[in-house]
Amino acid sequence: MKSAVVLFPGINREHDMIRALRMVSGRDPYTVWHTEAELPAGVDLVVIPGGFSFGDYLRAGAIAARSPIMRAVERAAGRGVKVLGVCNGFQILTETHLLPGALMRNAGLKFVCRTIDLQVENADTFLTNRLSRGDVLPCPVAHHDGNFFADDETLKRLEGEGRVVFRYANGTNPNGSLNDIAGIINERGNVIGMMPHPEDRVEPLHGGDECLPLFRSVVEQVAAS
Amino acid sequence: MKAIVKIMLKPGVLDPQGKAIEHALGSLGFSGVGEVRQGKLITLQLDDADAEGARTRVREMCEKLLANTVIEDYEIEIVE
Repeated sequence: MKSAVVLFPGINREHDMIRALRMVSGRDPYTVWHTEAELPAGVDLVVIPGGFSFGDYLRAGAIAARSPIMRAVERAAGRGVKVLGVCNGFQILTETHLLPGALMRNAGLKFVCRTIDLQVENADTFLTNRLSRGDVLPCPVAHHDGNFFADDETLKRLEGEGRVVFRYANGTNPNGSLNDIAGIINERGNVIGMMPHPEDRVEPLHGGDECLPLFRSVVEQVAAS
Repeated sequence: MKAIVKIMLKPGVLDPQGKAIEHALGSLGFSGVGEVRQGKLITLQLDDADAEGARTRVREMCEKLLANTVIEDYEIEIVE
């Protein structure tokens, strides 16, 4: 699997993501700076990691979403390349309109950094196909703006089309997200955004490796396609 | 010429920061205060000579960057 990790000034979780991708694919992902206009040829997966791109000025992810590399990510997504955005990456994908809705300030107004229960709602995606619907995985969150909002019609569509991939389970919603939404997928099924950090739950040193199947799913899906 | 852009969360979108301000006002003894909403004010100095052209350009700036129209409304004021 050839993957690329997109970097913006202020992104700070790329090393964990690179390590997780290396663990499952056996090769280093490309790293691509935000000023680039093209992604490396032939990438199967583009990952936008977490952090605080451009200081989260204006709105979380807003300035990153307008950078040259995101035009290339849009084109890649249009060709069916898989795209995963985690935390700030999810915010950037909504600001780019590759995913619907918006991530607003946490309802409790505080930055939250803790482990939540992440429930798989759709096990038929490139990120979850090694799991089953209803599986609950411990997964860390670390964000200030993770409160998913969408208008009623969009929310109805997301729910009706099975496009909610993950929910916070067992009362662990840390941010007031509508319907406890932690992650969603686009209509075509190749772009996923999620607030929790599965790359930080993939080896014993993290306290457990429960989220490793997510990354193994992507490798398997890429090999199959 | 100067433009003033006012950006507010759309009606119906929960504004946790506005709520926190409302509670703080209440605890300071200001009674009868409700529906506190917080927004942003952005000012821009523009080279444009004509106000309508400036307004069109600022509207484009709002749509492309300054506001997230999924959750926010904006108002533009052009000051000569």
